[in-house]
Amino acid sequence: MTGAQTPGWWGTDAVSVRYGRRLALDQVTFRARSGQVSAVVGGDGAGRSTLLRCLGGALAPSAGTVRRPPPEQIGYLPASSGTYPDLTVAENLAFRATAYQVPAAVASTRITGYLERAGLLVARDRLAGRLSGGMRQKLGVIAALLPQPALLVLDEPTTGVDPVSRADLWALITGAAASGAAVVLATSYLDEAERAAHVLALDAGRELAAGPPEQIVAAMPGWLWATAARPTGPAAARSWRRDGRWRVWEPGGSALPLRGAGEPVPPDLQDAVTVAILRAELAAAGGPR
Amino acid sequence: MWAMIVKEFRQVRRDRRTLAMMIVMPVLLLVVFGYAASFDVTTIPTAVAGPLAGQAETRLPAPFDVVRTAPAEGAQWAQQQLRDGRAAVAVVAQARPAVLIDGSQLFTARAALAALAATQHQATQHQATQHQATQPGAAAQPAPVVRILYNPGLKTSYIMIPGLAGVVLVFIGTIITSLGVVRERQTGTLEQLAVMPLRPRDVFLGKIAPYFAVAAADLAIVITVGVALFGVPFRGSFAVFGLGAVLFLFVTLGLGVLISSVSENQGQAIQLAMMITLPQVLLSGLIFPLSSIAAGVRWISYLLPLTYFNQISRGVMLRAEPIGPLWQPLLFLALLGLVVMTLAMLRFRRYLAPAGRAGRRGGTAAPAVAGPGPATPAPVTAGPGPGSGSP
Repeated sequence: MTGAQTPGWWGTDAVSVRYGRRLALDQVTFRARSGQVSAVVGGDGAGRSTLLRCLGGALAPSAGTVRRPPPEQIGYLPASSGTYPDLTVAENLAFRATAYQVPAAVASTRITGYLERAGLLVARDRLAGRLSGGMRQKLGVIAALLPQPALLVLDEPTTGVDPVSRADLWALITGAAASGAAVVLATSYLDEAERAAHVLALDAGRELAAGPPEQIVAAMPGWLWATAARPTGPAAARSWRRDGRWRVWEPGGSALPLRGAGEPVPPDLQDAVTVAILRAELAAAGGPR
Repeated sequence: MWAMIVKEFRQVRRDRRTLAMMIVMPVLLLVVFGYAASFDVTTIPTAVAGPLAGQAETRLPAPFDVVRTAPAEGAQWAQQQLRDGRAAVAVVAQARPAVLIDGSQLFTARAALAALAATQHQATQHQATQHQATQPGAAAQPAPVVRILYNPGLKTSYIMIPGLAGVVLVFIGTIITSLGVVRERQTGTLEQLAVMPLRPRDVFLGKIAPYFAVAAADLAIVITVGVALFGVPFRGSFAVFGLGAVLFLFVTLGLGVLISSVSENQGQAIQLAMMITLPQVLLSGLIFPLSSIAAGVRWISYLLPLTYFNQISRGVMLRAEPIGPLWQPLLFLALLGLVVMTLAMLRFRRYLAPAGRAGRRGGTAAPAVAGPGPATPAPVTAGPGPGSGSP
């Protein structure tokens, strides 16, 4: 792709964004490295889309700086699929190729290749508005990939997509990273984020945790228990439901505390991010951190 | 049902523009259109030529309002005054006076005919009285020769078709364009366009060019049908008409984009477009003569592009008016177009260059380091950026 031209990373430095009086992003620093998939995770209103819009160039930050390639080297998928429902799949992609000045012959080859890999070749002449949600998302990702950008920004590419389509999408995404693009995606699926090389967890516009997924997991303080019933007392505020059982986070010290009604479980990224959010909430309420 | 009523009230209350439309607009429209809706012609701009012009000027009764007098000129000058829209009636004051009436100003022409008939009737009675009382044997004053030019049959279609062509352009230009652009925002593709390597100017022009072509084709069809089906004449220059139409289209398309840039959805765009279109139909002189509209409301007419397009289309089609006398409406349309297009472009830019990025098409391939506001090669670290205004 364009790896030879890229400096190794794109990203933000202490970027803040205000919507009126509301602070949507608060001094967030983020790096997306070339050849890697980076994931931005967080709950609703965490600021994921806002960060991606800044990174893609759809939004100017209120403060801070954004480092990104020129527009012709940015592939962007907004929270919607960013495609025209009243154009066919082929017409949508042709428009994108022309706008990015991809030569017609090259565009034709790429379009056929991507459609084939995404299983969309049969829908080539179908209106985008008549595609299923998953197919439309795949079309959006293909359209973003078409110029083979140095920076690929994807806002929730797999939300509402069935498992098979998710696998197809991930094949396209990792393929882009393998070709040298810096891929940034926002997702609410932490199992997906676990596949990324770098994860940024946001909460209420602030950075909660950042780094490789295993590093975020390793940095989680305390212990994690799985119990059949929800604990009572102060532990109730540190518990959440997962996979039909209850996870309980014990801030604890270095030693494993004794608990009779459950067993310790090794945390994964989902647990680590949930604990990070809990810690932020408890800290705000004056509890343990 | 109660739940439905409460929900609807809540939604209407939050949609301020609809609420304003429902409460303020009816009153406003009633007042404005109440003053505008009048076919009564109280003043008829009149030009007087011929050797007896001085006498005629003093003897012409209301509603004739003498705006030009030229004793040295004749019928040709008088006709030129009508063709160039300087007067609605021209009198050639000579031994056998001639009155020329501009039939392209339908209601004014009818009022002039009625006033002439009344004047003639009074003159006949006066002469009869004088003849019996004091001057038996005196010769009666000859009745003037009355000619109606440009629309001798005073057909309504002659004046409506050129005006309706403008209305078609208003609908295509303003309403359809406003929907086309706001649809981009609703489908989320405007955000996509904002990050693509397209200059806002290219997006803007690319967006309106198809509507321009469709509206131009529509105009040609309407005029052709008008001429073929209703027998409306096209006596003037196609080039002058085309120039007026192009300028008018720029204003209406610009209005469409401007409306879409301040509307969140297609419903709001239609509301606003209707608020702009309706006054054009009623206040532009298309239906009611401009001179009949109350002065307190008439100023609105002169802010409306259709007013000027009507003057151009009727002037060119019916009176073969050349470009010279049409400089005013053409200039006003050009000015309106410039203002509207500039505003529309500025509003459009807010959405298409939110990050104020350098390196769009034709720019360098160097990485951009963008801070708040316009991007520069060096990092910028402070100051508010334009933003997109919505989360």
